[in-house]
Amino acid sequence: MLRALVLAAALAATLGTIEGDARAQATDAPAAAAPAGTAPPASTGVARPNAADPVLEKRLQAVTKELRCMVCQNESIADSHAPLAVDMRNEIRDQLKSGMSEQQVIAFMVERYGNFVRFRPPLDWTTIGLWFGPALLMILGFGALLSQMRQRRNLSTMRAVPELSAAERAALASLADGDGPRSDRTQNDKTGNR
Amino acid sequence: MSRAWLPLAIFLVLATFLGIGLTLNPREVPSPLIGKPAPAFTLPTLAEPQKQFSVEDAKGKVWLLNVWASWCTPCLEEHPLIEALSKKGIPIYGLNYKDKEAAATAWLKRHGDPYRLSVVDPTGRIGIDYGVYGTPETYVIDKQGVIRFKHVGPLNPQVVERTLLPLIAKLRAS
Repeated sequence: MLRALVLAAALAATLGTIEGDARAQATDAPAAAAPAGTAPPASTGVARPNAADPVLEKRLQAVTKELRCMVCQNESIADSHAPLAVDMRNEIRDQLKSGMSEQQVIAFMVERYGNFVRFRPPLDWTTIGLWFGPALLMILGFGALLSQMRQRRNLSTMRAVPELSAAERAALASLADGDGPRSDRTQNDKTGNR
Repeated sequence: MSRAWLPLAIFLVLATFLGIGLTLNPREVPSPLIGKPAPAFTLPTLAEPQKQFSVEDAKGKVWLLNVWASWCTPCLEEHPLIEALSKKGIPIYGLNYKDKEAAATAWLKRHGDPYRLSVVDPTGRIGIDYGVYGTPETYVIDKQGVIRFKHVGPLNPQVVERTLLPLIAKLRAS
């Protein structure tokens, strides 16, 4: 039991550090990737940096991090260098500038690219396994582990055989004397052999 | 005894699911635009930039919208199939996606022009409206202007024979 708890704690600690690392990386990367300088003309395939409006850029970062680049699929629009991601960043910047909310921007993209474009798909019947599957598997796994350990503990307690009581010893002795069904059978066997 | 089969059973279930997963193409994402009206656009045509074409102009017929570009190698791969479809009398309109006019015109001259006309989308903004993420893409649009089918990537004979042609025939009959 104790071992299981230690195991669980170690697992949780590892997961925590991995997640922490990923977050740290995610926040570091864009800052390094966005150079300061004059804005190149549109349609050169380069994202237009907009140092003039840091609030807008922050909102842009937040939204584009939520959206999948459909070309590379495992990168967000914020991180991807694919031309489509650049186009989408520019489009989203224009949309935010024109007063659209973050939710409206995400809805705009979902309308065109489907829920796959979201890294956090909405909870519905098609995504319920996605949301709760891992937790369910974990619970099942721990359940199996616990029942295994309980069985083993039962086995080990069974090995430590308690002292026989007086009554049990007497019953055993009477069996050994040849009163029981076992001695009957041996007699039958003997007669059968002859 | 029955417990001994449990690992095997789990393995078989996993193997089945993973096996199915292997046969799927992760790049084929179902489009939310199926069954919805084709997003409107009015764009200049490639051949005559002063002339414009809009989705409305194609209403009343079953047509294909093919997203292509001169820089797109798979577009060349599907080009013979597009030409064959065009020869069958299926109206195909091109959406020249993020391309340069001169390069696009030269490409058509070199490889043949199967399109009724091509409209130009140099910035890719209309592409975003159509959920384009991998050229070439082909859309089947019905008489009412509703998108009925979308194929991402180069067309292949199987898709044309098994899906595209039967669907077009059905939509034409209705």
